[in-house]
Amino acid sequence: MARAELKQEATEARIATLDLPAGGKWATSVRTDALARLRAMGLPARRDEYWRYTRPETLTQAEAPAAALFDSKEPQVFESVDRLRVVFVDGVFDPAASDDLTLAGVEIERLETAAKADIHWAKDLYGVLEARGQKPVDRPLAAFNSAYATDGVLIRVTGAASKPISLIYTHKSETSDAILHHVVKLEKGAELTLLENGPAAARFNKVLEVEVADGARFHHIRAQGRDHERRAATHIFARLGAESQFKSFTLTVNGVLTRNEAVIEMTGDDAVAHIAGAAMGDGAFHHDDTVFVTHDALRCESRQVFKKVLRNGAVGVFQGKILVKEGAQKTDGYQISQSLLLDGDSQFLAKPELEIYADDVACSHGSTSGAIDMDALYYLRSRGVPKKEATDLLVLSFLAEAVEEIEDEGLRDEIVSRLTGWLARRGG
Amino acid sequence: MLEIKNLHVKLEAEDKAILKGVDLVIEPGTVHAIMGPNGSGKSTLSYVLSGRDGYAVTDGSATLEGEEILDMEPEERAAAGLFLAFQYPVEIPGVGNMTFLRTAVNAQRKARGQEEMSAADFLKVIREKAKTLQIDADMLKRPVNVGFSGGEKKRNEILQMAMLEPKMCILDETDSGLDVDAMKLVSDGVNALRDAGRSFLVITHYQRLLDHIKPDVVHIMADGRIIKSGGPELALEVEQNGYADLLAEAEAV
Repeated sequence: MARAELKQEATEARIATLDLPAGGKWATSVRTDALARLRAMGLPARRDEYWRYTRPETLTQAEAPAAALFDSKEPQVFESVDRLRVVFVDGVFDPAASDDLTLAGVEIERLETAAKADIHWAKDLYGVLEARGQKPVDRPLAAFNSAYATDGVLIRVTGAASKPISLIYTHKSETSDAILHHVVKLEKGAELTLLENGPAAARFNKVLEVEVADGARFHHIRAQGRDHERRAATHIFARLGAESQFKSFTLTVNGVLTRNEAVIEMTGDDAVAHIAGAAMGDGAFHHDDTVFVTHDALRCESRQVFKKVLRNGAVGVFQGKILVKEGAQKTDGYQISQSLLLDGDSQFLAKPELEIYADDVACSHGSTSGAIDMDALYYLRSRGVPKKEATDLLVLSFLAEAVEEIEDEGLRDEIVSRLTGWLARRGG
Repeated sequence: MLEIKNLHVKLEAEDKAILKGVDLVIEPGTVHAIMGPNGSGKSTLSYVLSGRDGYAVTDGSATLEGEEILDMEPEERAAAGLFLAFQYPVEIPGVGNMTFLRTAVNAQRKARGQEEMSAADFLKVIREKAKTLQIDADMLKRPVNVGFSGGEKKRNEILQMAMLEPKMCILDETDSGLDVDAMKLVSDGVNALRDAGRSFLVITHYQRLLDHIKPDVVHIMADGRIIKSGGPELALEVEQNGYADLLAEAEAV
């Protein structure tokens, strides 16, 4: 059988037991379109170029591989932050654990509820940004998500949100397979901080579509952690208007397989997009950051900062691209991906790319892999800092450039405390 | 304080002997200087004493207040009271200078079974000490040595020394890369720490530094050995005549 047919067959096998969630006109229409996109592409397969470094089988197979629950007494991240909580347990909204979904300057609705309407503002974004992000590279798991997502939140921000909205993903079933889809629309000049944390499910497929209108600001801080055996495929699709800001940071610790894709399109002049990630893996850990930033306007600035600390056979992947379209003059694009390999067993696979069709731009990219700096380690030890503590300090120092992308000091401290906690739990 | 006996050291990677029988006794409260031509083993001596990797001790011993230090980890030597001011202080991006110092101070206190210093107490002490070394708040906040000038790096070394209050201080070419004013500042910092319970070993190429930090004993090192020891006048002799005569004299013996 030809590859295309095999793919088609695998895709049909995956969706055979799933029904498109019921809904009103708008939701049915966007879901049907998404399903057609999925069928045209087929789910990712091992020999797809875009999946060269990450095997997609466990993300696409019909049954989610089981993932043991991680029992930890440690408090959850962001506990000390004043925020509006929206809790999903294995992908199912938990109203008892969630706050009342009201916040000044913000409309928050569950997808499940909003989908029942016949007309909804989200129709212009849901699956729309995802569909735009399918070119030039297929992202079938995202189309799959747009078709089959059972719930999520639709957030429309008209002013400056007084506190962050915090999506908390609890994992309670060892075989859960969760599909969530969120849409965030920031109107002109609006501002929102979105937090996400938690293992979510044994297998988690999540799409976040974000429209940042002119002069609006979106901050996103995510902590994917805890359960060691969890799997996740996530996508962020963002479209940026003039003078808007998009800043996203992701911390990933543990997890047998994580693929985080981000597709950012800068369509308004003078926009700023920063996307950063810090990942720490020990043992069975495969972490893939796949980023695609498109500059399609004047004087936009983009930064990609990805750092991975790997040990005991952990694998890190980075596929990052900056595409500067014709006419996107004065683009300032920066991309760095680095790994700190704490032993000889770990691997970092990087594919940095620049594709530039404008002649007056400044773009740079770099990718490195290295070990702990022995001179720095000796220096710290000579001041009395024990080896383990000194090594941990150097790990934090390595991750700092990514972590410093978090503007809010309180949120940054929350992330740093996660990092130090993770390091402290590990032997030398 | 520090007693080095018949110390033989080779470079692990190249199997090359660097120190060929160093003997040195430093009494409490004294300042010793080591001078010598390039490649004589001065810096190696400081690295071996502080526990840098890459050197193999093939013979001899070094004791700090009677305790053998050559078997200790670098952090244990530091907790025991040894301090090396580096010739080339290392830059550590992402670690704040203040965080670094507080971690070091408390790690040593912990190792010695003392209570950790509170953030408030630490801040008070460091501000005071930083002021005398003309280290401003910005330098304390910045990542360790990153973007520091040569002089700032050396002053930062002395600040660390002042905070850690070691018993045995080794200064490896602390004067290199310093202008006259910076040298005065650094020397004043060192002199302020001189007391009966603290000893210094000052490694330098130039007599100039010894005008500021007055040594009790001056040693001349050549080819991995101390070939001559004397009073401060020995440094002046080197400054005027170079090492040739001293080396010839040593050969003759």
